[in-house]
Order: sequence, then C-alpha cells, then structure tokens
Amino acid sequence: MSQAASADLSAFPAAAPAAGRMSSWQNWGTLLVLPYLAVFFVFVLYPVGYGLWLGNDMQSYRELFADDIFWRSVVNTIIFIGVGVNLKLAIALLLSGFFAVPRWWIRVLGLLFILPWAVPSIPTILSFRFMLNPEWGVINQVYYNLTFLDGPNWLNNPVLGLTMSIVVHIWKSLPFWTLILLAGRLAISKEMYEAAAIDGASALQKFRFITWPSMRQLYLTCTILSMFFTLGDFNSVYLLTGGGPADLTHVLATLGIRYIRLDQVDLAMASIICALPLMAPLMVFMMRRLSK
Amino acid sequence: MRNFFTEARLLLVGIPVFLWTMIPLYHLTLFAISPKDTAFKGKLWPDDPTLRNFEMVIQQKHYYLNNFWHQMWNSLVIALAVGFITLFVATAAAFAISRLRVRGGRLIMNLALLTYFVPAAFLALPMYKAMAVYGLLNTQWALIFAMVAIATPYAIWVLKQAGDKLPIELDEAAIIDGATAPQLFRFIFLPLMAPSMVAVGTYALLLAWNEYLYAFLLLSRDVDTTLAVALGAFLSADDSPWELLMTAGLIYALPPAAIYYAFRRYMAADLTSGSVKS
Repeated sequence: MSQAASADLSAFPAAAPAAGRMSSWQNWGTLLVLPYLAVFFVFVLYPVGYGLWLGNDMQSYRELFADDIFWRSVVNTIIFIGVGVNLKLAIALLLSGFFAVPRWWIRVLGLLFILPWAVPSIPTILSFRFMLNPEWGVINQVYYNLTFLDGPNWLNNPVLGLTMSIVVHIWKSLPFWTLILLAGRLAISKEMYEAAAIDGASALQKFRFITWPSMRQLYLTCTILSMFFTLGDFNSVYLLTGGGPADLTHVLATLGIRYIRLDQVDLAMASIICALPLMAPLMVFMMRRLSK
Repeated sequence: MRNFFTEARLLLVGIPVFLWTMIPLYHLTLFAISPKDTAFKGKLWPDDPTLRNFEMVIQQKHYYLNNFWHQMWNSLVIALAVGFITLFVATAAAFAISRLRVRGGRLIMNLALLTYFVPAAFLALPMYKAMAVYGLLNTQWALIFAMVAIATPYAIWVLKQAGDKLPIELDEAAIIDGATAPQLFRFIFLPLMAPSMVAVGTYALLLAWNEYLYAFLLLSRDVDTTLAVALGAFLSADDSPWELLMTAGLIYALPPAAIYYAFRRYMAADLTSGSVKS
C-alpha cells in the first residue's frame, strides 16, 4: 500500500496546506454518507411521515376503537411481548452459561442450535403448524399413543394458539439472543471466577456476584431491543394461526395486514400508530443508552 | 465421580436443547422424504422413504410450482442485490463516520438506529404506500430497496465499531505519505475491514433471502415474487399438496443454512462484538 501511496505523492505535493486537506476530507465524508442518507430519507423517513399523515384521520380511530378485534390484539400484543421477551431472554441467559462450557459436543450442539435463526420462517413455522394439526399432527398422535385420548385442537383455541405463537417466536429468535449473551459472558474476565473459586463460592454465588452484575446492562439493552423486534414479529403469528380462530390471536403486527385485506387502509395505519405510545419511551431510553 | 455428575448435568440441558432445536427441522425433512399418503401417519421414519417429492418440485410437476426455479432465481437475485447494495452504502458511511470523522456522524448513527425503533411489521405498510407513490410497487426494486433500508443501519453500526478499532497510526502514516481519502479507503480501510464486510454482506443477504412479509406486500405477480411468497400462497388453498410444500420449503431453507456455515466464523465474531460493547 505504501507503493501506491508514494506513487501518488507527485499529485499531492507536501506543500498542500493541512486545512485544505481537512476540508477535502470533510467533502469526501459528506459524499460517502450521502448514499445512506438517501436510503434513509427515501425509504424510512418519508414512508413513516407519509404513514403518520395517512393515519391522521380521527374518524378512523373512532372506528378502530369500536372494533373488538383491535382491543383483543392490544391485549394479545402485551401478552406476546411480556411473556415472549422475558421468557426468551431468561432462557437465553441460562443457555449462554451452558454454551460457555468448553466441551466438544457442546460446540457441535451450538452449531446446530443456530439453525432456527439462520433458516427462513416459512418452512419452519409451517412445520410447527403441521405438527400441531389436531387430526394428523405428530404431537397429537404421540399424545394419543400415550394416553388414548384426543389431544387439544391447538390452533383452533385462541389461548393455545397464542401460546404456540409465542413458542414459535422463542424457537426462532432464541439462538440470536443466546449468542449475544454468550459473547457478553465470554467478555467477563476469567480471573474473577478463579478468585471466587478459591474463596469457595458456589455456582449460584458466582452467578449472583460476578455474572449477573457484569451482564445486567447488556441484558437490559437486549430486553428493550428484543421488545422492538418482538413487536415487529409478523411471521410467528401470521404463519402459524393466521390471526385465527375468528381473529382472536391477532397482534398489532398482523392486525394491519388484516385491515389491508379488508380494504381498510385507514384502519391499518391507525392500528400501527396506536403502538407509538408504547414505543416512544423505550425509544428515548434506548437512544440515550446506545449513543453513550 | 464428580466428573460423571457434571457431564450428566450438562447432558440434562444438552439433550432437551438438541430436541427443541431439531424437531421442527426434522419434521420438515420427514415430510419431504415421505410418500404423499404416509406423511400424515405420525411415524418417526417413513416405511418407504422416497425422493419423489424432490423430483416433483425440481421438475415443477405441480401447478403450484410452475415457477419454482424462476422464483428461486428471483430470491437469489434479490438477496445478492440487497447484500451488495447494503455493503456499498454501509461501508461508505462507516468509513466516513469512523475514519474521516465527518461532521454529523453521530447524528447519522442515531438516525440509523431510528429505523430499528419502527418495528419491521409496522414499517411495512407505510413502505408499501410509499413504494406506490414512487411507482416501484410490484417491481423487484421495491423489495430490494426496502431490505437495504432495513439492513443498512445494523450494517453501519457493526462496520463503524470495527472501523474504530483499526489503529489510527495506520491512517497517520499514510497521510504523511500523502494519501488522499479515497486512497485511505482503498488501501487501508477495505483490506483490513474485509472480514467485517463479509459478515455484514452475509447478514444482509440472509435477511433478504428469508424475508416474507415485505416480499408478500411489495411483489404480487407470480413471475416477480420470491420463493417465500410462493410457499406462503400454499396456505390460502384447501387442496394444497403439503408434502410438496414442505419439500420446496426444505430446498428453500438449505442455501441460507449453507451460507451461514460457510461464513460463520466472521458472523459470530463481528455481528456480536458490536452489540456487547454497548
């Protein structure tokens, strides 16, 4: 690289003033961030602004609030996020400890464990859907072989349907968060654990006094980021239950599509905007943390 | 003895984790290798496993699968386009922010984050309306740009973090030699950032390949859509050939898994290191 640089020396004699170079750098910098700014303004900011403008009709909110399905979706969304995010991250935190254990077979298992995250939603969620089929799904067949009773009609029951959507959501996104928390765990210095071992600390004490204090901040960041991702998870509900039975398992992420299908674009936009009060405080909190 | 108990305890976690991860994937595979009428019998292994489903899918011998290869091709082209455009946009921005310290770099990083605070499913509808305004709806560019917009913020974030770790002395030495900004980019930044760029490009490519909702909203004609949308269309029919759907799904899931394993080393290191720092 020095050859290339010195070959060009003649074009930029040493006499070039430093200030000129700095401003030329700023020009290059501006030029290089332009593509991103263009993408951001054209494909994020404008759509969001346009969406807000489209959702600015009070009449559609009145209609939306009169729709029972909307309120049902709000409750479902809160359950989906409350249970989904916390359960997933708690499991991820524990599993990150498991995957940190140095064993060849755990390393191999770690390679397989990532698969749900790497492969597309469509085939895997449909696989769940078929497993849960009441008549010929494998789960009810195993259940029948064990108990000689018919298993539940999993996806035709709103409570079970939503539960299974949460299960699918966790199946899909657990590897990602486990990996993040594993990276956080491996960043903790080994010496602390060694010192604790010398002092005779139990595994639980090590977790409580070393692991958890070191990972608390990361865990909180992950929880909040995961809330945004979970709020935006369309596939787990739509591909498993399609929002059914009788539209009782919709969440806000799938409700918009339901209104679009009913040709009620105003209601779709309004239902999306209704998630804003939930997101705004999280957004401010997250911005502050991440831009530190 | 103590050792034995430790191993037993580890297996007590390991076995459920293995089953939890693999059962849906195994079930998918099982469907794909089962003859039509035995797929529904709930057996753990078919009596007479067959590759007939693969044959049917590969030769497009069902009217649901008339465009299978074409849609596979669409998925590939779109994913590659998203990977390369994301890489181009994000690398340029990360270089400007991290190494040239362009004014307002911090603001741009915050703007980038803003994208993630609008959950994907919520951005989809406004994006759909905006694409209609731009006249891009039902063209593959709509999906490509949508995916680039979603992939770039994380890509910039990861590349900026990696860029900050390069020693500043490298740049200083090059500047003394009279290097210009493009030369710094070409001869110092690019070679050293190559591993991170592989990670980011793979991430964007997988994101686009696996995407369902945006593809389903933004593309409607059979000849334009990706495989994900084509498979989703099976859902709305009553007489769908499920074993073929699962077979096509398995074929569709193989490339991302292969790509992930090929570039795993880069992905694990770069995509997570950026996140832990915060």
